[in-house]
Amino acid sequence: MDWQFVFSQALTQAIGPTMLVYALGAIGLNLQFGYTGLLNFGQAAFAAVGAYGLALSVAAFGLPFWLGIIIGLGAAVILALLMGIPTLRLRADYLAIVTIAAAEIVRRLFRATVWAEHTGGSDGMREFSDPFFELNPFPPDATWTLGFISMDSGRLIVDFGLFDLQYSNRDLWVMAVGWALIAIFLGILGLLVHSPWGRVLKGIREDEEAVRSLGKNVFAYKMQALVIGGLIGAVAGFVFALARANVQPDAFSTDFTFYFYIVLILGGAARLFGPVLGAALFWFLYNIFAQGLSEAINSGLISTDIINQTQVGPLVFFLLGLGMVLLLIFRPQGILGNRRELMLDVR
Amino acid sequence: MRRAVLLLSAAFAGLLLGLGVNSSATAQDAFGVHGTLENQQDEPVAGVSITVADAAGTEIATVQSAEDGTWAVPLDAGGDYLVTLDESTLPDGLVVRNGKPELEVTISSDRTVLFPLDTQVVGGTDPGGDEPSTSGEESGETGGESTADPEAAENGENLGEIEDEGGATRAASLLVSGLHFGLMIALAAVGLSMVFGTTGLTNFAHGDLVTFGGVMALLFNLTFGLPVWVAAIAAVLLGAAFGWVQDWGLWSRLFKRGTGLVSMMIISIGVALLIRFATLFFFGGERKRYDEYVGQQPWDFGWLVIAPKEVVTGLIALGVCIAVGLALVYTRLGKATRAVADNPSLAASTGINVTQVVRLVWTIGGGLAAMSGVFLSISDGVKFDMGQHLLLMVFAAVVLGGLGTAFGAFVGAMLIGVFVQMSTLVIAPELKYVGALAVLIIIMLTRPQGILGRRERIG
Repeated sequence: MDWQFVFSQALTQAIGPTMLVYALGAIGLNLQFGYTGLLNFGQAAFAAVGAYGLALSVAAFGLPFWLGIIIGLGAAVILALLMGIPTLRLRADYLAIVTIAAAEIVRRLFRATVWAEHTGGSDGMREFSDPFFELNPFPPDATWTLGFISMDSGRLIVDFGLFDLQYSNRDLWVMAVGWALIAIFLGILGLLVHSPWGRVLKGIREDEEAVRSLGKNVFAYKMQALVIGGLIGAVAGFVFALARANVQPDAFSTDFTFYFYIVLILGGAARLFGPVLGAALFWFLYNIFAQGLSEAINSGLISTDIINQTQVGPLVFFLLGLGMVLLLIFRPQGILGNRRELMLDVR
Repeated sequence: MRRAVLLLSAAFAGLLLGLGVNSSATAQDAFGVHGTLENQQDEPVAGVSITVADAAGTEIATVQSAEDGTWAVPLDAGGDYLVTLDESTLPDGLVVRNGKPELEVTISSDRTVLFPLDTQVVGGTDPGGDEPSTSGEESGETGGESTADPEAAENGENLGEIEDEGGATRAASLLVSGLHFGLMIALAAVGLSMVFGTTGLTNFAHGDLVTFGGVMALLFNLTFGLPVWVAAIAAVLLGAAFGWVQDWGLWSRLFKRGTGLVSMMIISIGVALLIRFATLFFFGGERKRYDEYVGQQPWDFGWLVIAPKEVVTGLIALGVCIAVGLALVYTRLGKATRAVADNPSLAASTGINVTQVVRLVWTIGGGLAAMSGVFLSISDGVKFDMGQHLLLMVFAAVVLGGLGTAFGAFVGAMLIGVFVQMSTLVIAPELKYVGALAVLIIIMLTRPQGILGRRERIG
């Protein structure tokens, strides 16, 4: 079996387009959950309204791409207000239940056959990403070699001997934009959480009553955190939709939110670089398990009597669930976190 | 602690290993079209012809939907195809709701094609709308079974005669199926609400206890060949044992360590993923059914047609709910449970063993959830994510009734069950859960403590 291929694939993915989606979603979640203590279980819904806002505007209504982005962001703000107004005055677990319900409503609405002529129902939509890829500065036909880096008709190959990284020119464009967005958001967030505003957020996480007694409008601060985190979630939705060049309602199930949580907790909640590190590690582990197992089955190393190809996915996600449980029990602060940051209590 | 977690996962994996059922889903990268036909009650519709033709109109294959409503046509290459559902082969009264039995699809992988089935055309080509709807309200209810059983099919035709009372009978049958669904939610909700009341934990893995019950009954029924009622009892006992093991191996130890409630809530999500994907791994992604009571001859009361299994499972569920309620009010342990739910420290100071009460609540909650899973699967079959979808209804019920109260959970569950089913009179059936979840959000706005909850709980 080809270990080099498995390892190269996993490393390629670990900084690739999909990882960026998890990193961006978890950055938004980090502001909500890590810094403010809001249990938002509907981050997938923010990604969904972002992705669908863009896809519907461009593909169904023929609006320009930039207007689609603005509509997607606007939809995320509206969703945050709708979720936040009924629940942010209540205890944390109510927010958890309502956000998970709202995420399910959003998914089912996009899935419904009632307006399938616009949304495509459970098949989703395509043909909205062309304006994005028209801006792609990476030519599809470049061919050159520079040491261990080479470009083979638009495909970048970085050969490190033991392993190599390979990206198509579309991947490169998504990654350039995605990593730039991550840098921007981390910069903004870093300034925000170290500002007086950010200290109020952390205060709310530690003791809401104490902050209220200082005359702060806790509800407004929580709402601001929810909206900003939701906007970053919508941007994650844009990257997700553009990288795959399609949107599908079932991709935005509650499990998607849970993976954001795994990413966040793995990296370390309430740490600026936690989500990025967590996303890279999460997606690397997922790929090395999934690719490794399916390679092992293909090469006959593991007999198909024990597991077959269709069982690889469930097995990997089972391991991820187990990993999440063990991580929270034995190292709730993740890799970068501070143990005291996750000692929250809602009662 | 480490030992306990390992034990828990090992015990769980061992339980599921016995299943030995492998997934046989088709490979993802093959070309083809497939789908599942379900009527507005989410019951499968069998024996419907579906024809796939290529862009030039040449017929490639005609298939019939199987017992579980699934159909699939493998294709050699991608491209544009025409998928046609033969409406004359649909059970009586069912039509394609959006009036589009012919779909043009572009195939680039194995693709799902869905035909929404209902007893009336909504916003489609049929301006009258009433005509097809009067003949088949009830056959819609039993549509999944009618073709499996020739006698039931005849029955479906007879129903066409009671045309004038179409709307009223539809409402009556929806009300009854709503009550049934409500009872199923209630079985799961009581456990969730009591666990919350006694420990403060919102358990996101409770829905997967429901799945666990359904899967265990399937294991006993299909793999060991036991009759469904024996399998059901075994599954409920195993569900109770699973609840006990979960509390013993995981939750009680976490409480002792002083793990925060938010961390525990996220741990419960991890547990839910664990159970769900273990089920998917051992059991596969398809919907499976028990070998009894699938095509059951319904009772016809004229104003209401109902399958006996629904009546029996509904009555048992009602009896169990009443028994739990009486036990909570009159027995010593029940009183102790309510005391712990009111105020754990005060209850402990009066000599109540809080740990034991919590263990009992987990055990009973696990058993009731498993029962709910078995009963739901007798009607609809078992699927690995059935509990996940029920969980949101359970949350809606618990919040509506008041978090942490057993009686509130029951009232909320009945209201949600009836609301979900009755709302299909007005809105598209595929959106019925959306309505219930929207109700949940509206309650949050107006009366966050729920119907029977007390204001202080929301603090």
